[in-house]
Amino acid sequence: MKVRRDVFQAIADPTRRAILLLIAAQSMTPNSIAEEFHTSRQAVSRHIQILTECELVKQEKKGREIYYHINANKMKEIDKWMEQFKRIFETQFNQLDKILSTIKKQKK
Amino acid sequence: MINDLLFDFTVDKATKTVFVTREFAAGLSLVWDAFTKQEILDQWWAPQPWVSKTKFMDFKVGGRRFYAMVGPEGQERWSIQKYTSISPKTNFQFLSAFADKDENPELPGSDWDLNFSEQKGPDSNRVTKVSITIYNESLDRMEKVMDGFKEGMARTMNNLENLLATLSKK
Repeated sequence: MKVRRDVFQAIADPTRRAILLLIAAQSMTPNSIAEEFHTSRQAVSRHIQILTECELVKQEKKGREIYYHINANKMKEIDKWMEQFKRIFETQFNQLDKILSTIKKQKK
Repeated sequence: MINDLLFDFTVDKATKTVFVTREFAAGLSLVWDAFTKQEILDQWWAPQPWVSKTKFMDFKVGGRRFYAMVGPEGQERWSIQKYTSISPKTNFQFLSAFADKDENPELPGSDWDLNFSEQKGPDSNRVTKVSITIYNESLDRMEKVMDGFKEGMARTMNNLENLLATLSKK
């Protein structure tokens, strides 16, 4: 079974959010990322794997080391999605504006 | 129509909370009714082309509203809201969850907290501010809300395209 991976799943976890914040500032090796956390190296590497599968994080090889850096384009998807959520509210509230003004006229 | 009514929408991804603030050009009593009375709610609660249909609504603490968003092709998406706190014309809170047509909720849901306050202004120009806080246990659920509407809207656009294509052939 193919596990569904998306950006929302990625940011739903506090450790993964922390990793994103870390590498947003500078690209880092898996070891240097793991050093920032109290959890096991394995757990951190699992989180990095999920972030990579969600395409929020990209890897780059420099010599013998792998560096992880943030994929800004993918992060924008989250904002786009939130924008749509906002538009639903906008539509609803514009409908309510019309109804309020109709009711007000009826009362007069 | 006043066009400079406030509309503010922010999302705190870390706390999975959405904050929505909107002003309406009406007095507090009327706006409160629009959010708490079934017959007015059903006229605006669903974003077009969806329609809100309330099966029952018992607006009291512990009471529930069971309603469906009905899509352009008749598809029904049921939800239950359970009122957890009500302070008339000031605040009410509810738990919202998707459900099946037999009222079985699909958890986790989201917590809604709505605050109402009338802004000071001339009597003819009354403005009521509504501030809504929505906490989502799961962002995945929020995504589901979106996906449903996107599907509905995409279908409507397709229908429109087909209709236009048919008309232009004539």
